[in-house]
Amino acid sequence: MADTFERVKKIVVDRLDVEEEKVTLEASFKDDLEADSLDVVELVMELEDEFDMEIADEEAENIQTVADAVNYIDSQA
Amino acid sequence: MNFSLEGRTYVVMGVANKRSLAWGIAKALDEAGANLIFTYLSPRFEKSVRDLAATLNQEVTHFYECDVSDDQSIEQAFASIKEDVGIIHGLAHCIAFADKDDLKGEFKNTSRDGFLTAHNISAYSLVAVSRQAEPLMTEGGSIVTLTYLGGERVVQNYNIMGVAKASLDASMKYLANDLGKANIRINAISAGPIRTLSAKGVGDFNSILKEIEAKAPLRRTVTQEEVGSNAYYLLSDLSSGVTGEIIHVDSGYSILGLV
Repeated sequence: MADTFERVKKIVVDRLDVEEEKVTLEASFKDDLEADSLDVVELVMELEDEFDMEIADEEAENIQTVADAVNYIDSQA
Repeated sequence: MNFSLEGRTYVVMGVANKRSLAWGIAKALDEAGANLIFTYLSPRFEKSVRDLAATLNQEVTHFYECDVSDDQSIEQAFASIKEDVGIIHGLAHCIAFADKDDLKGEFKNTSRDGFLTAHNISAYSLVAVSRQAEPLMTEGGSIVTLTYLGGERVVQNYNIMGVAKASLDASMKYLANDLGKANIRINAISAGPIRTLSAKGVGDFNSILKEIEAKAPLRRTVTQEEVGSNAYYLLSDLSSGVTGEIIHVDSGYSILGLV
């Protein structure tokens, strides 16, 4: 879990160009990290690459916060 | 025959990120020694285009905002290119858009606005851009656009974008006839599905990739680099004599009937 969070955090910081401190588990991609819809699609693709997995469209739509992403990834491990 | 593009200048439109097919084309042209000019839709894309361009062999200094839904924006961009650079030798048009909601479910539900937007951005833009680029191609030139099989045949979920690609294909052929008089060629690459930002907008895209891996003659999907090298062929003298053509860079998938 901790490891997943760190890896997700690194991708979010790189992609969204945000301060590391802002990337908390509770942070919402759209509201807190100012991601637009294209950013979210890019993030999902980066996560798919990093964790060598596929995230179905329906699942991707449910990923709103950093915790959602971490939990989804861990649930697939 | 001269394979190098040194001394030639090409405009690349539509780089969104490192996965963009436009970026694959830019890398191939850069390797061949061409000078590159980039256009981007809005300030939102400027940083990523500039960051990517900084990784090329050359130092790119020409970046222009160009919103293809706006004639003034297109005119302004090409007027600036003419002033700053003068002559161009080719252009890669890698631009398309449809509302995500129109890229799933049944085509018959496409709204009037959705239909018009997809045609406006994905097909008319080639006409408008070619018209503005023509006067800058005083030494002849070559234009490449990106199409997809969904414009020739029914591809699930591709829907309105397929219809817009059919319009793009036909526009490309009519343009070939007009521009040929000025020694300007124009062709399209029909790439097999590749994991780009645009492709991810198509419903259930991951399953489309699996279908290609299972059934295409080469039993694999194609790469951004393969689109780049074929664009290099079409934008260079290697393809002289070829215009109005659609080249399928798709592992052969488009030849299949029932297999």
